[in-house]
Amino acid sequence: MLSELPLLSLVIWAPILGGAAVLFVGDDNPAKARRLALVVAIATFVLSLPLWSGFEAGTAKMQFEELWPWIAPFKINYHLGVDGFSMPLILLTTFTTVLVVIAGWEVIEYRVAQYMAAFLIMEGLMIGVFAALDVILFYVFFEAMLIPMFLVIGIWGGPRRVYATIKFFLYTFFGSVFMLIALLYMYFKSGSFEILAYHDLKLGMTEQVLIFIAFMLGFAVKVPMFPVHTWLPDAHVEAPTGGSVILAAITLKIGGYGFVRFALPITPDASAALDWLVIGLSLIAVVYISLVALIQQDMKKLIAYSSIAHMGFVTLGFFLVFGILRNTGSASGAAMGIQGGMVQMVSHGFISGALFLCVGVLYDRVHSRQIRDYGGVVNTMPVFAAFMVLFGMANAGLPGTSGFVGEFLVILASFKANFWIAFLAALTLILGAAYTLWMVKRVVFGEVGNQHVAELADINTREFVMLGVLAIAVLALGLWPGPLTEVMGASIDKLIQHVVVSKL
Amino acid sequence: MNFVPPDFTPAAPEIFVLAMACVTLLIDAFLRDEQRHITHRLCQGTLAGALLLTLATGPAASVFTFHGHFVRDALGDLLKLSLYLAVGAVLLLSRDYLKARGIHRGEYYVLGLFGLLGMMVMISAASLLSVYLGLELLSLSLYALVAFDRDSQQSSEAAMKYFVLGALASGMLLYGISMVYGASGSLQLEAVARALAARGMQDLVLVFGVAFLVVGLAFKFGAVPFHMWLPDVYQGAPTSVTLYVASAPKLAATALVVRVLVEGLGGVAADWQQMLLVLAVLSIGAGNLIAIAQTNIKRMLAYSTISHVGFLLLGFVAGTPEGYSAAVFYAITYVLMTVGTFGVIIAVGGKGAEIDDITDLKGLNDRSPWLAFVMLVLMMSTAGIPFLVGFYAKFAVLKAVVEAGFVGLAIFAVVMSVIGAFYYLRVVKVMYFDKPEDRSPVSVALDVQTVLGASGLGVMLLGIYPTALMALCAAALR
Repeated sequence: MLSELPLLSLVIWAPILGGAAVLFVGDDNPAKARRLALVVAIATFVLSLPLWSGFEAGTAKMQFEELWPWIAPFKINYHLGVDGFSMPLILLTTFTTVLVVIAGWEVIEYRVAQYMAAFLIMEGLMIGVFAALDVILFYVFFEAMLIPMFLVIGIWGGPRRVYATIKFFLYTFFGSVFMLIALLYMYFKSGSFEILAYHDLKLGMTEQVLIFIAFMLGFAVKVPMFPVHTWLPDAHVEAPTGGSVILAAITLKIGGYGFVRFALPITPDASAALDWLVIGLSLIAVVYISLVALIQQDMKKLIAYSSIAHMGFVTLGFFLVFGILRNTGSASGAAMGIQGGMVQMVSHGFISGALFLCVGVLYDRVHSRQIRDYGGVVNTMPVFAAFMVLFGMANAGLPGTSGFVGEFLVILASFKANFWIAFLAALTLILGAAYTLWMVKRVVFGEVGNQHVAELADINTREFVMLGVLAIAVLALGLWPGPLTEVMGASIDKLIQHVVVSKL
Repeated sequence: MNFVPPDFTPAAPEIFVLAMACVTLLIDAFLRDEQRHITHRLCQGTLAGALLLTLATGPAASVFTFHGHFVRDALGDLLKLSLYLAVGAVLLLSRDYLKARGIHRGEYYVLGLFGLLGMMVMISAASLLSVYLGLELLSLSLYALVAFDRDSQQSSEAAMKYFVLGALASGMLLYGISMVYGASGSLQLEAVARALAARGMQDLVLVFGVAFLVVGLAFKFGAVPFHMWLPDVYQGAPTSVTLYVASAPKLAATALVVRVLVEGLGGVAADWQQMLLVLAVLSIGAGNLIAIAQTNIKRMLAYSTISHVGFLLLGFVAGTPEGYSAAVFYAITYVLMTVGTFGVIIAVGGKGAEIDDITDLKGLNDRSPWLAFVMLVLMMSTAGIPFLVGFYAKFAVLKAVVEAGFVGLAIFAVVMSVIGAFYYLRVVKVMYFDKPEDRSPVSVALDVQTVLGASGLGVMLLGIYPTALMALCAAALR
């Protein structure tokens, strides 16, 4: 019976309409708004579970498809569907939103209904991005996402929020408009707005390179890749905790998802020709940005830079494919890179979300994000300290946590492509450990730093639940990544088969 | 020689509006100030009547009457229906504004109706003569409306500028018309088109005529470099008049371009497309860049209008039926958004001082979350962010432009709209991120609420499902 419901539409529109309902409850009634928001978030999460249980892992075909004509004069369809790439990311989104609602429960006091509504609406839009199979539908969700995020950072953010949010908005808007032109150009060539039709569209090399650059501009800003990453630290630092979590856990993934859904399959020849560019930028992100993270004094900024470095692994994994195929011709080796990138995306969603929540927990008590304002937190908050150390370890890529799986796969794959790429990528094991553990050491361990720390109270049940759930997720994915890699397997194989065939 | 009376049915809405404008003028003369609401109701009744008449008498195919000077077709009906709604909304929004400023006089409504009639004639014009007649009727009404607050120096100055520059533009247009007449031997657009097809476009007089026509049209549209009057008029006129000037005439101007350039002078499309291309590029560029520097909200919206006019003209540059229908779609949605935007400005101003500076909207979210949300929707839509109708308007134009092979032009346009997004974001920033100085809630009358709600809701609903309106626009230009 479940398979007959338009599940994807439900998962997209339930939070959007729920968000509108929360908005309607109004800010005068914060308790009711919170409860309603939590109900909507949990209901959406429950609705998204059948996507996993009903998913057929053996096929790369789109599943749960829905197809309706939407803007008929332009042949734009309301076309939804998921495969092994998008389904895990949709679950990540619904899962994270529940946590974000819980995280904002007592902390947000100003305009609660608007805050909750913004996150719920954003949830629906982000799921729409992952589920859309029509490029214009994709683009519409992709852009619409900017509005709630713009407001979240601007209204509930820190002191420099206005600068940060306008920078965030204009950067991402600028990146994506070129993609629109590329999409229109491909429509002009193919007469269709179907993503899957674009996968089979023959394109000349010059066209491919230009389209690839347009995609790069759109997705590299989202990921974000060096050198267009500068909006991220600003946005993260100024955003409220929930905003940081969503930014790090989901919106960055949309950039990565864009590469596997658009850039690689639509412009395989340009991707192969320009893979050095992406790999180079990814390595700069891994090495240079890690060094930048090392010197940060602000915890949120440090995690933001660490996100850029970790996302560098994702793009590195995706674009190793061509090097591996050139060297060894082994499709399974190439698959490893993409698999690593995808696992890294999901894992980073958990870990960065968890770390931002940890910083949020501290910030709510002391109202500072500076590392030097803490020290010896373990003495007053032992339970919290345990969580923070766990997530710190995961961020550093400790075996047994989810952070290890993705990084390990990508490094393994990069050995097949080129030793020096592998060498530079592997530096992250040292650098990542250095900046994360150093921060954890300075914040959590040592003598009690000051009066504020001495007065800290350990986490309450609400905080325990949200960190505990994430801890389980991080460990589960680290110890047993099988279910995740299984659902992606067929889609990855198909992508590899697709990119080896030249479109020229 | 027998006199054959022309068929009046196609022009029934125009005749009705004319009659009612005269009746309103007469009745109003006998009304006391506190009875002015009767005039208001009469005007709304006129609009409703015209709406019903237009729907009832709509012919299946194009019908020409008055010896080929007047045409009734699907495009005209679509634009006229939008026109009634726009003018109706303007009048609803105006009433309290005018009352609060002690200028609630009957002439406002009568001039509004005559302006409407002028626009209707422009939309239905099938000859250069009726084009000119309609345009002048509209312009004269607008000059008077801009100066409506006669004690305000700013308004008088704006009206004077508008009048002088407008008269210059009319002169250019008339000069162009005379040249086209000289070259083709006819005033009727159909005959002009036929003459062009037969004679080719080697005629120097004709090309000059076209150039003057384009200049005249660009003046009326406010396209760069003929935009000088626009910011001053927007700023100087009473806000309700700015609302009128900014909204409905754009529909008529779009119709004018379709009638004169596409239908009449389609044979020399290559010539006027080049001119429109220059106008469009300059308007999009200058409009967006100069708008950033504005602190006065009406001036900022004036430059924003200029950039939108540029976008609209891009649809004509594409030179395809898709492009033309995209431009018409753009005009209709633009008017929908403009009515809402100025409506919010009027509503926030309330009975107090005019909203001048962008910072006057400070903390609107705290004062009236509802108004702030409507304005947010409108600003984002105007910036072209999707799930709001403004995106599809830009999208349709861009699609036509790319299909016509102007990829570079499309890239220029989107880069400029990113720059343009900045000043819309600034309005949102002021409303949502800043704290208000004056925390008093904004009280909004029910009719104003209805109009603003309809505008905001329309922008959102058309944003989710723009298909029906797009199909209407496409059908109108087939």
